[in-house]
Amino acid sequence: MNINATLLGQTIMFIMFVWFCMRFVWPPIMQVLTARKQVIADGLAAGERGKHELELASRRATEGMHEAKQKAADVIALAEKRATQIIEEAKEHAKEEGDRLVAGAKAEIEQEVHRAKESLRQQVADLAIAGAEKILRREIDAKVHAELLASIKSEL
Amino acid sequence: MSAETLTSSEYIRHHLQNLTFGKLSDGSLGIARSAEQAKEMGFWAINLDTMFFSFVLGALFLFFFSRAAQKASAGVPNGLQNFVEWIIEFIDTSVRGSFTARNNMVAPLALTIFAWILLMNLMDLLPIDYLPLIAHAAGIPFLKIVPTTDPNATFGMSIGVFVLVVYYSIKMKGLGGFVGELTLQPFGKYGLPANIFLEGVNLIAKPISLALRLFGNMYAGEMIFILIALMGASWASVTFGSTLLFGSQIVLSLGWAIFHILIVTLQAFIFMTLTVVYLDMAHQEHH
Repeated sequence: MNINATLLGQTIMFIMFVWFCMRFVWPPIMQVLTARKQVIADGLAAGERGKHELELASRRATEGMHEAKQKAADVIALAEKRATQIIEEAKEHAKEEGDRLVAGAKAEIEQEVHRAKESLRQQVADLAIAGAEKILRREIDAKVHAELLASIKSEL
Repeated sequence: MSAETLTSSEYIRHHLQNLTFGKLSDGSLGIARSAEQAKEMGFWAINLDTMFFSFVLGALFLFFFSRAAQKASAGVPNGLQNFVEWIIEFIDTSVRGSFTARNNMVAPLALTIFAWILLMNLMDLLPIDYLPLIAHAAGIPFLKIVPTTDPNATFGMSIGVFVLVVYYSIKMKGLGGFVGELTLQPFGKYGLPANIFLEGVNLIAKPISLALRLFGNMYAGEMIFILIALMGASWASVTFGSTLLFGSQIVLSLGWAIFHILIVTLQAFIFMTLTVVYLDMAHQEHH
């Protein structure tokens, strides 16, 4: 338990150990700790950024959906309008067609009436002529009185 | 322990004697065979056991830590790296807590002090007779396996710390500032002798208290281990008294060893913290 040269030896050893620790142990480990801190901080920042981006994207998606809905509604409205228009047009067409058909039918009827009148007239004339013939069998020559008969026919 | 050859006081003295190498009284170099011979060697002798164990323990600490430092990566740490990082972060936090100036040397210094003293103190937990007994069989007369129970080791460190304190005091405040701090406080320039006395004691007390606190605690702890070991050493035959003493030795050494773990860690931590605080004071102008 005497104080002796061990004191000096211990002091030198102590200084050597501290120097070694300061040179080879502390700095690399501190560097690693700092680097890991940085890595973790970066990771957290990236996570935060990702979250933010997700939020933005979801907002954008909502907007897009809203827009699409708006567009769809517009398209539907337009289509409805167009459908109404088409129906109107069809109605118009149908009416025109109907009118035309009615007009055609009327014309035909008129023609038919006319033709019937003609034939009636012809028949009446024939009947008259036949009657007249019967009455005037002898006196009246169809050939001679053709002119007269024709005038009568046209008057009928 | 071999009670047949040693009395209790011889046993205790044997355990408190370092393995001292130096110049014997007949002029030749050799190992002291007794405490008287070791005393005669004077200052120029060396305690081989203290030097050996402190070197082995310090080298062990630096080996593992530098290995971890070499392999360290910023990725997921493995077992050793994790452990080393845990210790280093603990030291770093406590240094940041008590050291306010900027100095790259203080934290590694604190780490070295803490780890080295802790390992040296932990040698106290090895069974007290095993290594000396083996050494005795190998022809080595004395062996103290706990370097911190040798005041040379504790004073060796505290002198290193003291040199650093003085060095940084002068570096930070200039020679004038350091001398002024020693001579002009607390009573101003007319109380100069009293100032020198007070501040001188204040300054010298730092390394002495540092070294003696650690030495005293470890020495006392070692002493209690020796005394507990003596109980079993009084084994004579299978009698009630012998058996009781033997059993008490087991129970008491277990209890004291468990309590000693606390002291071992605490003393290492106190030495480290006080070193950091002294260096912090050296870096600051305190008025």
